[in-house]
Amino acid sequence: MPDLARFFRQLYLIRRVEEDVARIYPTDKIKSPVHLSIGQEAVSVGVCEALRPDDVVFGTYRSHATYLAKGGNLKKMLAELYGKYTGCAKGKGGSMHLVDAAAGMMGASAVVGTTIPHAVGYAWVQKVKKSGRVVVNFFGDGASDEGSWHESLNFAALKKVPVIFICENNGYSIHSRQLERQPHANLTERAAQYGIPAERIDGSDTTLVYDKVKKAVDKLRGGEGPIYIECLTYRWREHVGPNEDYGAGYRDRKELEPWLEKDDVRRLGAKLPEAERKRIEAEVETEIKEAFEFAEKSPFPPDSELWTDVYA
Amino acid sequence: MSDRVMTAAQAMYEGVVQEMERDDTVFCFGIGVDDFKAFYGTTKDLHKKFGPDRNFDTPLSEDAMTGFAIGAAMAGYKPIHCHIRMDFLLLGMNQLVNIAAKARYMYGGQVSVPIVVRSVIGRSWGQGAQHSQGLHGLFMHIPGLKIFAPSTPYDHKGCLIAAIRDPDPTIIVEHRMVHQQRGHVPEELYTVPFGRSRVLQQGKDITIVAISYMAIEAMRAAALLEEAGVSAEVVDPVSLAPLDVDGITASVEKTGRLLVVDTDWTICGAAAEIAAAVMERHPVPFKRMGYAPVPCPTTKNLENLYYPNPKTIAETAYQLVHGKPRTFTAPEATEIIEFKGPF
Repeated sequence: MPDLARFFRQLYLIRRVEEDVARIYPTDKIKSPVHLSIGQEAVSVGVCEALRPDDVVFGTYRSHATYLAKGGNLKKMLAELYGKYTGCAKGKGGSMHLVDAAAGMMGASAVVGTTIPHAVGYAWVQKVKKSGRVVVNFFGDGASDEGSWHESLNFAALKKVPVIFICENNGYSIHSRQLERQPHANLTERAAQYGIPAERIDGSDTTLVYDKVKKAVDKLRGGEGPIYIECLTYRWREHVGPNEDYGAGYRDRKELEPWLEKDDVRRLGAKLPEAERKRIEAEVETEIKEAFEFAEKSPFPPDSELWTDVYA
Repeated sequence: MSDRVMTAAQAMYEGVVQEMERDDTVFCFGIGVDDFKAFYGTTKDLHKKFGPDRNFDTPLSEDAMTGFAIGAAMAGYKPIHCHIRMDFLLLGMNQLVNIAAKARYMYGGQVSVPIVVRSVIGRSWGQGAQHSQGLHGLFMHIPGLKIFAPSTPYDHKGCLIAAIRDPDPTIIVEHRMVHQQRGHVPEELYTVPFGRSRVLQQGKDITIVAISYMAIEAMRAAALLEEAGVSAEVVDPVSLAPLDVDGITASVEKTGRLLVVDTDWTICGAAAEIAAAVMERHPVPFKRMGYAPVPCPTTKNLENLYYPNPKTIAETAYQLVHGKPRTFTAPEATEIIEFKGPF
């Protein structure tokens, strides 16, 4: 059964972490690019709540939501954004390369489409080992322009590997609309051409995403695979950076309005008893405050770290 | 020394079988590995011996297949990705350079990518511009990759086993004309270390560092030079990344001259790097040789001008040693004359 309080907690955590990242960003304490997930949280939360801790996800450079939804350590994430030694990648990866292997969050990549075949390879090993673990790959509609998308879907279907492809379709590849890049903007039909069961759903509905992914996960653990789910969603802020960009000329703020109406942070929060909602919010705020303090106080990596981790 | 003699290709086959018997997570894949040609015989019937998940053909998708190997490696398996021509590695460049080489570093040590990439330089019988390239210079440029380019059957087996057991991404540069060379190969499992060169022949007048097939051609040149009174030390780097700069420099300190011969272009290539690394420590007269700086022509008379050969290597070395030219003559290598296509 979907646990609405749990969903709300995760959505609220991700939203508030990223709002604080955006708030702090102008101080230049985070000296590297950030791609905020604000508006897209429901996809990551709905997907990851349907997974086991030992299942694995591969994300994109816009992976704050995925990392936190999969159980990635918040303190290590913020320390990583601050470039600190206590970060998940010792400060050597930053926002675009979040990783928490213990939580099943494999490394995110800054090159679009590159993690799709990683997920297929990881899932193929699970099939060969009969481990019962499933793998989820998050990517955007932009990744479907890449050859690796086509090559990976073809091979995943050929080998029937236990991977769920989650297309977070926010309608834009940086500032280019899907129909400016593709003659026929239906990625679900495209995936189905490879013989993969594919469905397009509203990615702002956490419970719907959860239900669809839960069913998919059950099928994959039963030996089927792969499955493709296109989640329609919307990026509220600019492609990279902390601000809104509705004045930049490539999109109109009117596009945002229906998504604000459907915001699950607000919708799910309203479904909870007020006292419970407030208790969750207070717990999350404390957790976030402590994590930012941890990041602030942590040391930068020593000079010797320049040379480590090139080879084992 | 063992008196077991076999070809370098047979040594590769023996090494991979022994490693697959030892470790269930080792598997081979790539275009044609399970067909009747079996990747120059080096993957013959591995799918029958070990099952279809341990030796399989792939679609023509080098980009995703390289990424697939990386994902399988992240999950704890040991993929050996086989490319019948090194030219095709360019299609996997994004995954090799942007992910495999950097994963350990950009993920702060949380992720290992122990993949082995085998690729064959396809020189001979009119392979032309896109089936004959040695591209190891491109990969030497990238921190995070390890590269072997063996020239003896012994090193083929030892390098393959070392690469399989290594926790980092490794590229093995093979050469079709080296595959058929014969030499001693011990039956037992053994590894050849990264970062250590091998002196193929001792000498005192000049050090010839020669890569892959050029090591064989350089040995022939050394025989010509000996007849002309020049004593050449022939060094095979074996490991291009990391490079045995100490070992090569020690040879150059002894001989006082350096000639580097590559089966790749010289500009920004392995020959340039080896020469520069030695000169920083011990400056001496030196020269580089490699492909002519043009795409490889198909027709035989132009192809002959494109590659260094024992004659041109000997003439270049002689000029370095004596400061004056001398003409040498040498027959074309039998493995090149005898090789017939169509593949």
